[in-house]
Amino acid sequence: MISKILPFHKKLKFIHGLFLVIIALTLLPFVIEESFGRSWLRIFDYTLIYVLLALGLNIVVGFAGLLDLGYIAFFAVGAYSWAILASPQFDIHLSFLVILPISFFIAGFFGVLLGAPTLRLRGDYLAIVTLGFGEIIRIFLNNLDHPVNVTNGPVGINMIDPVMIGTFSFNNKIVIFGIQLTNLHFYYYLLVICVILVIIICQRLENSSIGRAWVAIREDEVAAEAMGINTRNVKLLAFAMGASFGGVSGAIFSSFQGFVSPESFILIESIMVLCMVVLGGMGHIYGVVLGAFILVILPEIIRSVAAPIQESIFGVVLIDPESLRMILFGLALILVMLYRPTGLWNKKNV
Amino acid sequence: MDIFFQQIINGLVIGSVYALVALGYTMVYGILGIINFAHGEVVMIGAMIALSIILFLFQFDIPIYLSLALVFFGAIIFCSLLAFCIEKVAYKPLRNAPRLAPLITAIGVSILLQNIAMLIWGRQYYSFPQIFNNDTYQIFGIANITTIQIIIILISLVTMFFLFYFINKTQYGMAMRATSEDKNAAKLMGIEINNVISITFIVGASLAAVAGILIAANYGIAHYSMGFMLGLKAFTAAVLGGIGNIVGAVIGGLLLGLIESLGAGYIEKLTFGFMGSNYQDVIAFLVLVLVLVIKPNGLVGEKSSTKV
Repeated sequence: MISKILPFHKKLKFIHGLFLVIIALTLLPFVIEESFGRSWLRIFDYTLIYVLLALGLNIVVGFAGLLDLGYIAFFAVGAYSWAILASPQFDIHLSFLVILPISFFIAGFFGVLLGAPTLRLRGDYLAIVTLGFGEIIRIFLNNLDHPVNVTNGPVGINMIDPVMIGTFSFNNKIVIFGIQLTNLHFYYYLLVICVILVIIICQRLENSSIGRAWVAIREDEVAAEAMGINTRNVKLLAFAMGASFGGVSGAIFSSFQGFVSPESFILIESIMVLCMVVLGGMGHIYGVVLGAFILVILPEIIRSVAAPIQESIFGVVLIDPESLRMILFGLALILVMLYRPTGLWNKKNV
Repeated sequence: MDIFFQQIINGLVIGSVYALVALGYTMVYGILGIINFAHGEVVMIGAMIALSIILFLFQFDIPIYLSLALVFFGAIIFCSLLAFCIEKVAYKPLRNAPRLAPLITAIGVSILLQNIAMLIWGRQYYSFPQIFNNDTYQIFGIANITTIQIIIILISLVTMFFLFYFINKTQYGMAMRATSEDKNAAKLMGIEINNVISITFIVGASLAAVAGILIAANYGIAHYSMGFMLGLKAFTAAVLGGIGNIVGAVIGGLLLGLIESLGAGYIEKLTFGFMGSNYQDVIAFLVLVLVLVIKPNGLVGEKSSTKV
């Protein structure tokens, strides 16, 4: 953050840097599209959704030290909020400016709902309960198609509205200076703005009294309580905050993809987001962003490379890319915990 | 009342398997204070290994009891080795690390085992071969019980008996109890803590192997992802009875089995047709949350506990 104490030339330098970053971020989608193709731009958009998720989970796991294994449930809540409020399912079509806050609060409410009874539990119990909660949400999404059809069951909800600004839909295509802008670009910009906002919020939180209280609880709950921190409320706040961010990214995910089904919210997704946080370094904001990028993009590379390589060496595909991905996840969790518990990107002041 | 007694029988059968798995959780928790998240996958590996051994032995003309003994023996040995290695690789280096660290490696091990199993055995559901004629008997004309169900209950009882004998009467058992009571004091008394921990994992894995075979025989199906849900439910059972307490694990397992099968039988009536038996898995989690909120120490309270 730019501070008032900075001398003028440093301020200038900061503003220069800011400009460069903004220009780079603006041009990035075109560079990706030109050099790698449209499909990679789509992957990049998904990566940004995961970055949002990982940043949200980082508040819960990284800052406050509460292991949440059902985080994807909040993502699901956000996604279904959007799907129900902006699709032909109930023929409701609200604007995204209305739905984003709604999904923010609904997911946050679910966070409190889960957190309130469970947060006095010890860490590992909490992990299992959150895991169970994640499964419960998924089972409900899967079965709430009768007696009243709310979620459309295993099939999921289709034809979800895209983000609309005024009368402009994100699914439109426009051409500026001979460059075609598509939904991938629009969502990219929306997501980048969200990610930057969330990073700023996280950084401000980290240095606030709440953030310090979270770290205190993570390091030693009893000592934190003795210092006068209301551990229950502060933990609940971490839970609700993380859940709300998950809800927002879920909502964007749902509009970006155009359909949602319970299959997107299985346990493995929770674990993948957890991997991102662990790999990047729990509590380290930029590390977590890096972790998300590694864990989304690397498997995509593996997917395109693993099968041909195996074919050329062994003549057959021994390990299909999907299980290879999962095996690498598992190994990554173990190895990072054993050899680099602070994550790949070491943070200095911890 | 028509299905009441039948559901009780089913509940006891499935509950005794939960109890076997829950014992593994509770013993490790008692000694190390960590949740061995990979335990459910050990159960699955036990079932899959047993399946492979059975399919292999079927090619030869071996007497049925001998092959059955070989199946149990093979599965137990393999699972014990596996659990021994898991402990050495994933838990031992983290014994003094923050509490979250071993839990995260455990999740890693769990994913790893599940996917390796998928590579070895594939994605298909195997029908678990029936070794015995599965006759059905009537009990007082109100409920049915099959041969396999009887065998499951008997084997569970025998296994639990051996476990209690091992823990209460043998020297190793005494060392385990001492370690769970106070690790440092036990060390000072000349107990090799590392050996005790290894033995705990091996015993837990042996129980898991037996449970894996029984559950696969009960449902007649073995699958690479069967361990996950089972592990969660067994953990719930361990918490229900009071984690760290072996009597509690048995009680919790049986109780959870009963709650689950009665719940699945009556949920439709209780919710006026709103929820069907496809919500069965929710029941275990609700029990877990309720126990943790109302009575976190479990049913068998800490004070009268024989912690292992």
